[in-house]
Amino acid sequence: MSDKILKKDQAASFLAELAQKRDLHAPALAGGRLVWAPLEPGQEPLWQFNNTALSPKEFFFPQTECMMRFTNAQDHEEGMVMHSEPELARERALVNMRPCDAKAFGVLDLIFCQDEMTDDPYWRDKREKSLIIALACNDPCPTCFCTSMNCGPHSEAGADVLLIDLGDKLLAKGVSDQGEAAIAALPAATDDDLAAAAEAKQMAEAAIITTVEMDQINERGLMELYEAGHWDRTQESCLNCGTCTFCCPTCHCFDIQDETQGPAGRRVRNWDYCMSYLFTLHGSGHNPRGSKKDRVRQRFMHKFKYIPVKRGGEIGCVGCGRCVQLCPVNIDVREVVRDMNA
Amino acid sequence: MNNPYRPYPVKISKTLVETEDKQLKSFWLDFLEPADAQAFQYTPGQFAELSVAGYGEIPIGIASSPTEGDTLLFTVNKVGVVSNRLHQMNQGDVMGVRGPLGNSYPLKEMEGKNVVIVAGGFAVTTLRSTVTWLLHPDHRSKYGDITFIYGARTPGLLLYEDQWREWQKRDDINCAVTIDREAEGWDGLVGFVPSVCEEVAPKPDNAVALICGPPVMIRFTQPVFDKLGWQSEQIIMSLENRMKCGIGICGRCNVGPEYVCKDGPVFSKAQLDALPAEY
Repeated sequence: MSDKILKKDQAASFLAELAQKRDLHAPALAGGRLVWAPLEPGQEPLWQFNNTALSPKEFFFPQTECMMRFTNAQDHEEGMVMHSEPELARERALVNMRPCDAKAFGVLDLIFCQDEMTDDPYWRDKREKSLIIALACNDPCPTCFCTSMNCGPHSEAGADVLLIDLGDKLLAKGVSDQGEAAIAALPAATDDDLAAAAEAKQMAEAAIITTVEMDQINERGLMELYEAGHWDRTQESCLNCGTCTFCCPTCHCFDIQDETQGPAGRRVRNWDYCMSYLFTLHGSGHNPRGSKKDRVRQRFMHKFKYIPVKRGGEIGCVGCGRCVQLCPVNIDVREVVRDMNA
Repeated sequence: MNNPYRPYPVKISKTLVETEDKQLKSFWLDFLEPADAQAFQYTPGQFAELSVAGYGEIPIGIASSPTEGDTLLFTVNKVGVVSNRLHQMNQGDVMGVRGPLGNSYPLKEMEGKNVVIVAGGFAVTTLRSTVTWLLHPDHRSKYGDITFIYGARTPGLLLYEDQWREWQKRDDINCAVTIDREAEGWDGLVGFVPSVCEEVAPKPDNAVALICGPPVMIRFTQPVFDKLGWQSEQIIMSLENRMKCGIGICGRCNVGPEYVCKDGPVFSKAQLDALPAEY
């Protein structure tokens, strides 16, 4: 692994170089909110920010995505045949992604691209055409608990490059081959730089004030966790609104729907959510997760038990804390994990 | 890049309204492209997404057997947007099929064993596929006794009458078809599936049972098998849940960590006993 130095006053020109073959995006303030926005070549990105209100999963898994098109003409053979959408035309660089979000996409890779049979072309295309330049967190939020979730404020997982803010310059770590290539021309970091980065990492990890344990969850059988008594309490205040699933970087459930307008037809996929009654409703009227408790339990069991069981111990949560900040009834995922682990 | 969401175009070559209540209609589908027929290699127990552009997709068990050639058979219950549209479609219409999806009945592991197949109502579809496959000359000798128990409420609600009448004439399968109550013109068995199972009393020794039917049938059939000494590892079931992607991503058909669309739909009773009953 190579460690390089990028001076902040040279960052804009470094990114302009990348922009020759890639579209750039980075967190930016818009109307007082922190959102992902296109970064114009020559523009310097934000270095000081917490995290965007919504996760950047939209880049790989848009809220609405056209999968296929067809001609809406049922009386004619070609009319009913589906044609795949073209792939992403231009590569991208996602600049200053927080390590928790980068990690989340590494987890989702295991779900969208499982094997030969389950290899989602829409996800894969966008992943392969995106360079992720992560920016380590030096000032985590009180809602962050990434260090408990196989992640951390300086985690490299899922990123191609990890930047660490050292004041007027950034330490740039090449994580993947693609990342190494992107920073190859930058000057090497000195031992002092590495020491400063290590100290920043230590301080950031120490600043994560909440932790949760997973040992009992991992230890216990599925049914013991499923039948635990706390679910009655956990589900009480939930409105099944789905805010947690929309802001979550690892929530990935979707629906597929056909849309037609005149002669044009398309098959789209939309974000869907396990809090919805319709999500699992059978044609017969039977619903395997008919109660609110079933649905609330599903979300947490999926993240903290089902995904770990199925995906070699990876957790379906990276501790970004968005759901803690945005839940309208103050359900705190950390409390739920503590109850599950109690 | 291969796109697992893109349906193969197919043409409806034949349809048949299967039941007197007109709720169930069968569709025979032929691939428009020979290469697609080649790619669609399936085994009994698998399902496919039937795709009607402008309406959507529904997961339906494959009722034909690969031993019958390239034509696929699906029997569809009319309950929602896509199935209602399908019921209006006719011979010559073009639609799509995506699959084959899911696992299949453990035909390899079943070799050398007696096979008991219990079906209720329209859950018989993938079991029709299985019986047809088992009775094929290439396969029949690899299995012991085959018992097929099938029931519906009335004679008019029984599917695939031509097939099971043929099977009743054969001496290499014990075929018991029953209806719930006496009906005019019916000279076969009368009684619920669980009581017919009790009469037939299939022995658990060196045997596997494939059981598919409505929850009420399962609930009363299970104790019969328990009493006969069957172990839950010997009982194979097929689940249904609402599905979209069909390849284990979209998140709605899971039963605990298992996706019915990818890890199932076929599970042993022993597997299901260790999972939440979210089906």
